[in-house]
Amino acid sequence: MKILVCISHVPDTTSKIAFIDNSTKFDTTGVQYIIGPYDDYALARAIELKESSGATVTVLNVGLADTEPTIRKALAIGADDAIRVNAEPTDSLFVATQIAEHAKGYDLILMGRESIDFNSGVVHAMVGEMLGIPSVSPVMKLDIEGTKVKMSKEIEGGKEQVEASLPLVAGCQEPIAEWKIPNMRGIMSARTKALKVVEPKTSEQSVVAKKYELPAPKGAVKMISADNVGELVTRLKTEAKVL
Amino acid sequence: MNILVFVETSEGKARKTSLEAVAYAKGMGGTVTAIVLGAADVNELQSIGKYGATKVLHAADAKLNEHVIQVYSSVLAKAMQDENTDVLVLANSSLGTPVAAKVAIKTGASFASNVTELPDTSAGFVVKRSIYTGKAFALVELKNAKKVIAIKKNAAELKEVGSNAQVSNYSATLNDADFNTKTLSTEKATGDILLPEAEIVVSGGRGMKGPEHWGILEALAKALHAATGCSKPVSDMGWRPHHEHVGQTGVKVAPQLYIAVGISGAIQHLAGVNSSKCIVVINKDADAPFFKAADYGIVGDAFDILPKLTEAVLAAK
Repeated sequence: MKILVCISHVPDTTSKIAFIDNSTKFDTTGVQYIIGPYDDYALARAIELKESSGATVTVLNVGLADTEPTIRKALAIGADDAIRVNAEPTDSLFVATQIAEHAKGYDLILMGRESIDFNSGVVHAMVGEMLGIPSVSPVMKLDIEGTKVKMSKEIEGGKEQVEASLPLVAGCQEPIAEWKIPNMRGIMSARTKALKVVEPKTSEQSVVAKKYELPAPKGAVKMISADNVGELVTRLKTEAKVL
Repeated sequence: MNILVFVETSEGKARKTSLEAVAYAKGMGGTVTAIVLGAADVNELQSIGKYGATKVLHAADAKLNEHVIQVYSSVLAKAMQDENTDVLVLANSSLGTPVAAKVAIKTGASFASNVTELPDTSAGFVVKRSIYTGKAFALVELKNAKKVIAIKKNAAELKEVGSNAQVSNYSATLNDADFNTKTLSTEKATGDILLPEAEIVVSGGRGMKGPEHWGILEALAKALHAATGCSKPVSDMGWRPHHEHVGQTGVKVAPQLYIAVGISGAIQHLAGVNSSKCIVVINKDADAPFFKAADYGIVGDAFDILPKLTEAVLAAK
């Protein structure tokens, strides 16, 4: 079985978000980049499937050369080889177009439910649409039985058990697998694994980011004495007007 | 401008976030048509008109009772064509968002999800969407003639502006090949208020000391008519189910009031709550970072404060 894991290269979840150039560009100063946390779950499940059933795992990233340390980390975790589509991931449709271009021939295409920078949460659905194969997200459990895939999918206030056939696209989230930390042997071997760089398929941009904004700053917290919780209820009613 | 709104139902009733999508479409101006797929109560369908829809299309085919994303997207893409739709609006959800993305590809529309405000059409068609898990916003231009917009909770205020709408049957053409996923079973908390839609959320963290103490938190939630949530460690330890986990990698909530009990306020938790209108933090550690993000704070023991607060809420009713 051939598995493709699509990973995003995103600011660490503790990053302070700021913009430069008159709020038209993300400020990368001091920002640590990681494999998207949801993509990391997808990768971990792919490695488990590799270990249990002998699948091969290819990772794919749409990004410029600065994403290569992130790709190497995925190789160190256990992926066999990698593809980098040499382009800025401008919007979901663009990223999905690039993935669909390389995903043909794979049995299982895994990725996170969403990237944590732009949060659209639709690349898996778009790739499924482009390839004419099913897509399911967010998947919390995924097991393969022959050509059938059994999944547990989160819905509002609960979950659904879903079945579909391979080939399939899945957007993953916890607890599908435990994150894996690369070991020394993995890190050493990752250096020599194949990382193919390909040029993007050009497409018309249908969504263009014009400007970025930060939320309005929050006022100072109003402390209320633990001996007087009634005051909190009064304030929520009359001052905040939320009760 | 012709606007089509996909209204999701839950147990035959229109979902509140979907009605917000109707209100959003009304706010855009133009003619608003709503579409409902699968079994629904006829009074419920008519009342969608109160939020701004002039007509409601109902595709009642029993095959639509199962939420197959591929099927829903084909039906909606066809309905956009039949209704000469310029913009499709729907609420972000586990069903709506992927359906919207597929419809956008089928119809060649520009697509945006997590949209938080009405579009600015003074120069092009620009929408504001939430990015970096609520830590920032992007103003994006949707360039194509057709557009698909998935809105985030609270993008529009829900208010009654009209009367009952006329309901007509919509005969959906269903293609067997679109039934490419099969729902084997559904487990859903019944009777509870859905966390992503709740106006008030009461969440507990490790400070609750164990699942056996959730009763006092649930009592407060009940008094406030609130949904309950929890922090990541609480769901990781299995004290509470994963669908209650609020945060960066869990559910993102946007209630009027968020009450955090015994949660220190890691940045990943804040990312899931930063769209809340008012945040109350109860923690025995006065240095808990959550206080910096709060509107109101109480330093004290949850086991002492929660019952008192529940009593005060009930007394104030």
